[in-house]
Amino acid sequence: MVGAGGLALGGCGTLAAGVTGAPVAPGTVTFWDLFGGGDGVRMAQMLQTFEKDHPEIGLQHVTLTWGNPYYTKVSLSTIGDQPPDVGVSHASRLSPFVDGGLLQELTPDALAKHGLTPDKFDQKALQACTLNGKLYAVPLDTHPFVLFYNTDICKKAGLLDASGNLRSMDGPTAFVDALTAAQKQGGAQWGGVCAVNNDTSSNWRIFQSLYAQLGGQTLADSGKKVVLDDAKAIQVLNYLRDLSVTKKLMPTDVDYPGAIALFASGKAGFYLQGEWEISTFQTAKMPFSMTLFPNVFGGDKYAVQADSHTLIIPARGNDPARTERALTFIRSILDQSLTWAQGGHVPAWRPVAESDAYKKLKPQSNYAAAAPAAVIDPPAWYSGSGSNFEIVTGSAIATVRAGQDSPDTAVKAMRSGLQTYADTAPPV
Amino acid sequence: MTNPTITGAGTVRAPATGAPAEQRVRHEDRTAWGFLAPFLVLYLLFVIGPTVYAFILSLFNGSLVRPGLGSWAGLGNYAEALSSPDFWSSLWHTIYFTILTTPPLVALAFVLALLADRVAHGRWFFRFAFFVPYVLPSAVMALIWIWIYTPAIGLAESWLGAIGITSPNWLGDPNWAMISIAISTVWWTLGFNFVLYLAGLQDIPRELYEAASIDGAGPWQQIRRITIPMLGRTTTLVAVLQVIASLKIFDQIYIMTSGGPNFSTIPALEYIYDQSFTNMRIGYGSAVSMLLFVVILAVSFVWLGTVRRQERGV
Repeated sequence: MVGAGGLALGGCGTLAAGVTGAPVAPGTVTFWDLFGGGDGVRMAQMLQTFEKDHPEIGLQHVTLTWGNPYYTKVSLSTIGDQPPDVGVSHASRLSPFVDGGLLQELTPDALAKHGLTPDKFDQKALQACTLNGKLYAVPLDTHPFVLFYNTDICKKAGLLDASGNLRSMDGPTAFVDALTAAQKQGGAQWGGVCAVNNDTSSNWRIFQSLYAQLGGQTLADSGKKVVLDDAKAIQVLNYLRDLSVTKKLMPTDVDYPGAIALFASGKAGFYLQGEWEISTFQTAKMPFSMTLFPNVFGGDKYAVQADSHTLIIPARGNDPARTERALTFIRSILDQSLTWAQGGHVPAWRPVAESDAYKKLKPQSNYAAAAPAAVIDPPAWYSGSGSNFEIVTGSAIATVRAGQDSPDTAVKAMRSGLQTYADTAPPV
Repeated sequence: MTNPTITGAGTVRAPATGAPAEQRVRHEDRTAWGFLAPFLVLYLLFVIGPTVYAFILSLFNGSLVRPGLGSWAGLGNYAEALSSPDFWSSLWHTIYFTILTTPPLVALAFVLALLADRVAHGRWFFRFAFFVPYVLPSAVMALIWIWIYTPAIGLAESWLGAIGITSPNWLGDPNWAMISIAISTVWWTLGFNFVLYLAGLQDIPRELYEAASIDGAGPWQQIRRITIPMLGRTTTLVAVLQVIASLKIFDQIYIMTSGGPNFSTIPALEYIYDQSFTNMRIGYGSAVSMLLFVVILAVSFVWLGTVRRQERGV
């Protein structure tokens, strides 16, 4: 659909470029992203501002399907020498790109010319963009797994403090108690909801948040070793199974849109997902707020699953003019980090992240503390956001949350699934 | 099975043999090749060529992100595929889907065509109604059914609930997911077979039915003794096309479950796609697609052979 649209817009130019191997639109910035929903709308706004501020450059923008399909297309286009000038990549997906030689290194000099110095970025996010001591991407945000709550239900359940914020619910029992209260006193059909079916990433996110709080690791040695800690994984899986199967506080059979619908229609007190769904619930005009995913197992050390959207320049020969254009574009996007932050993401651009305007942005700034506690998927050629790694682990986790398999079986499935990839010689 | 038209053409040409006629035949030959050329060129370029290239690729450890064929693997990729449980389970899913979809798609198409053919008024409506889903792109059809199957708020659950049946977790239960996809596929592609059967029904001479009813044959006997045998060739065609189409399953599954839950619906084609393009192991992916090619070829031959023999028996 997108391809057809692009072809229609590009017309003969695209066809000619395809035949001769020339850039599709010389002199303009081509930008590919994977943003749907509210993110897509906000990115479109930001792109409009860029076009208004830089009419001399011009822009061609394509949005592709999130996850593996997007990364496959970016890789293939770069191999085919027709990459976009700027692309979006999750920080967790950078390592295979870099190992495959698909990204242009961003030198400090080139960045400094556009005012993009290291001190202006969130250090954790910037670190995630640095591989083998070189910078390959510019971080745009950190997007943690967070807790959404229905303020009406939580108020009825007595879970809010005097100022209307959610009381702390750290520790394994406090979270269960809160979900129970939302269901019993709050009168919700479900205490909480988090997608189970046909959505391996959500399963991985909720598992990883708890598993990382226990200090668990999954892969080592760039993915060549599986270091899953069976005892910790089983502890987390038992906890998750209790929530859905045993205590029936969360549904065992709901998919991504279904989970959104349950929360948006007031049938669930809590919703667990990345912060990007904020726009959906704002549009639904429902009473809700957001906060940090609870610290269930971490004790005094908080951890939560997260990732970062970063901007990359896929490699295409040595063309200083293209780099200039791309960096101008990247700077313009970073300058609009406040618009981006409205979509829920914690900005990586410190001039915005530390501004009063962002701190006043509620409920978005409630969970800004997640950025320094972010745990990003382990580096491996098969790992990262929406990757095979998440599919293998998330599928097994889903069987436990749906009550189909025991935690023991699921851990074995994760281990053997990951081992197959660990044993395969990396294709990049 | 003897084909009267071919024998007919042969006898017509026989008396015309002679020196000038032979020249004409050679000339006709050249004309035929001329007409076939555009097709043959495209076929060589886009079917035979890539197939040969894929076979060569399958013998190397190629990677999408590295130039060239990669290191020599010999039959290593084939050995890896044949010893990989993931390959075998994906192959089984493809075959399971074929088993689930082919019988209903043939039988239901026949029954519905028969009924639509017998309706006295508004026949056009039934023809239209059964064929219309086939026109939908796979993505649209998949989205419609995802919503129908959605737990808690989906149409299937609410309608079955209304008549007191607890609906299964359609796309979320590994035991049900493939069946759910098969049901939606039957609804979607039935129209094609339905039209083929309708055309077949039009070809049966009315006199046969008249004669049969004069002889006292009831409607059921007429269907069994006239309609089904007379539609034999249509059934062969429908069945063969259906088996091949079902073995090529990819789109619906990719959109509806992406091979899940817990890999229970991942078909062979998605396994190939994942290996070649997501994992970038183009050599291994080519080896698997060669294996699938052999399987489809074998199944088609065996199936065609069996159906042909049965037909001869009738």
